[in-house]
Amino acid sequence: MTALTVTNLTKIYPRNLIALKGINLTVSEGDFFALLGPNGAGKSTTIGILSSLINKTSGTVSVFNFNIDTDFEKAKSCIGIVPQEMNFNPFERVLDILINQAGYYGIPRKIAFFNAEHYLKKLHLWEKRHNRVMHLSGGMKRRLMIVRALINNPRLLILDEPTAGVDIELKHSLWQFLTELNQQGVTIILTTHYLEEAEFLCKNIAIIDHGTIIENAPTKTLVNRLPIKTLILETSTSIQQLPKLDNFICRLIDNTSIEVELLKGQSLNDLFMVLNNHQIQITNVQNKMNRLEELFIRLIAENKAKSA
Amino acid sequence: MNPTITKNGIALYTILRKEVVRFIRIWSQTLIPPAITVTLYFIIFGKLIGSQLRDIQGISYIQYIVPGLTMMSMITNSYANTSASFFSAKFSKSIEEMLVSSMPNYIILLGYLFGGMLRGLLVGIVVMLTSLFFVPIHIQHLEVFISMAVLASLIFSVAGLINAIFAKSFDDISFIPTFVLTPLTYLGGVFFSITQLPVAWQKLASLNPILNIVDTFRYGILGISDVNIYHSYTMVCFLVVVLLIWCLVLLQKGVGLRS
Repeated sequence: MTALTVTNLTKIYPRNLIALKGINLTVSEGDFFALLGPNGAGKSTTIGILSSLINKTSGTVSVFNFNIDTDFEKAKSCIGIVPQEMNFNPFERVLDILINQAGYYGIPRKIAFFNAEHYLKKLHLWEKRHNRVMHLSGGMKRRLMIVRALINNPRLLILDEPTAGVDIELKHSLWQFLTELNQQGVTIILTTHYLEEAEFLCKNIAIIDHGTIIENAPTKTLVNRLPIKTLILETSTSIQQLPKLDNFICRLIDNTSIEVELLKGQSLNDLFMVLNNHQIQITNVQNKMNRLEELFIRLIAENKAKSA
Repeated sequence: MNPTITKNGIALYTILRKEVVRFIRIWSQTLIPPAITVTLYFIIFGKLIGSQLRDIQGISYIQYIVPGLTMMSMITNSYANTSASFFSAKFSKSIEEMLVSSMPNYIILLGYLFGGMLRGLLVGIVVMLTSLFFVPIHIQHLEVFISMAVLASLIFSVAGLINAIFAKSFDDISFIPTFVLTPLTYLGGVFFSITQLPVAWQKLASLNPILNIVDTFRYGILGISDVNIYHSYTMVCFLVVVLLIWCLVLLQKGVGLRS
């Protein structure tokens, strides 16, 4: 079953600002899907339309085969939304926010309390349940937004940059929580600027740029499509001048670091052998940047060149 | 029971409960000020100035102003409740909690309206009880008294909600009460009978819905009125329908709420 079907979705803002140019998207049930793109690409507009905070200009959106226009209530009851910006009443208490949110979905207070307790404990907020939101830290507010989105036990969870501005420890605990949630059957759609997050979490990735989907494929396929891998090698000894290394594109960064562009088909073994022939011993190897990040930058640049 | 009805019932109860908790929690700003204001009105206009005025249609001046003062407080509070609460939710963006949920727009509308009406009616009761310290009141037509109180609080709750939907700043929600509601209320027969006005002004004044509401309410309490109460009911019911439809259309379209 498809969790989300978006067909010819278009959004034109006033002053003829075209945010979405008829995008098509399908997300299968159980998927962990990333929607990536640079700022202003149309990610948040897409999510805004899914959450009905933005009116679409044309196109159709179905959630678990419920059309959001004609089967509004059924479609909406399947969705949980974690917005990018905090949207709490700062004077409300944590538990009240959650129980009220559940109430808006028609969930009785008793069940709402049970759900709230479950997720608050999972995300280590139970002790803060009687606190007003304004007294929570930024990270706590982020977690509370996730709990609020889960209070109606949605089948589709949509997160708009959920880890923006959170510390590394919290980021990793959220990744773990979201992975568990996905393993329990919740379909997750995520937008993020952290490409390692998408690569680590998501099974499928769509890249949107200037209101158009320019790539939509499984994460592994996308990453493998990268023609070049840029590596940073650290040497055991100081090098003053880099010798000519056959077939490898290299440059010396500093006395103990070399940048190598490894083309598809070239192996690390061959590289090490060549280096070894020149008495260069390698102590450490690392990617210059995240592989998906490298691909993302290439695709966006290609799309820009195409548009130009 | 139909699950959709049950769900919508829970959603409606949630908004209403939230609204009631909100205005009860800030009772010193919502319930007490009308009692203090009306006490001052009774002392100044009722006792000090009113004692020197002659009766109006056989009713003492202090008794004559009770329905108007009660209605004035109900109108102001019903309006203030929905406009302030809805706009605050818009301002903090917490309105999105409702907009992303599965509840239909008419439930949002009803939730806020019932909240505004409850506050208006509660304030009306407070003012009526306060007035009993100054003058005895015997309600003449209970059905008119109750129906007009309910209809008036409904109209001004919807009006407040519409104001909040369009408002972009807190200034926008104080504009209508200051420049529209207050003049219409003071010219709406709260303190005087329109028979005291020249004929041309009487005709103009009869178009003021607040005058029709106040005078019909006065008929319910004191049994006297300057306007035809059937005409008033028609006007009020027409306003209720028009405002409700308008408000629902605004919510459906997402005016001021969705981009």
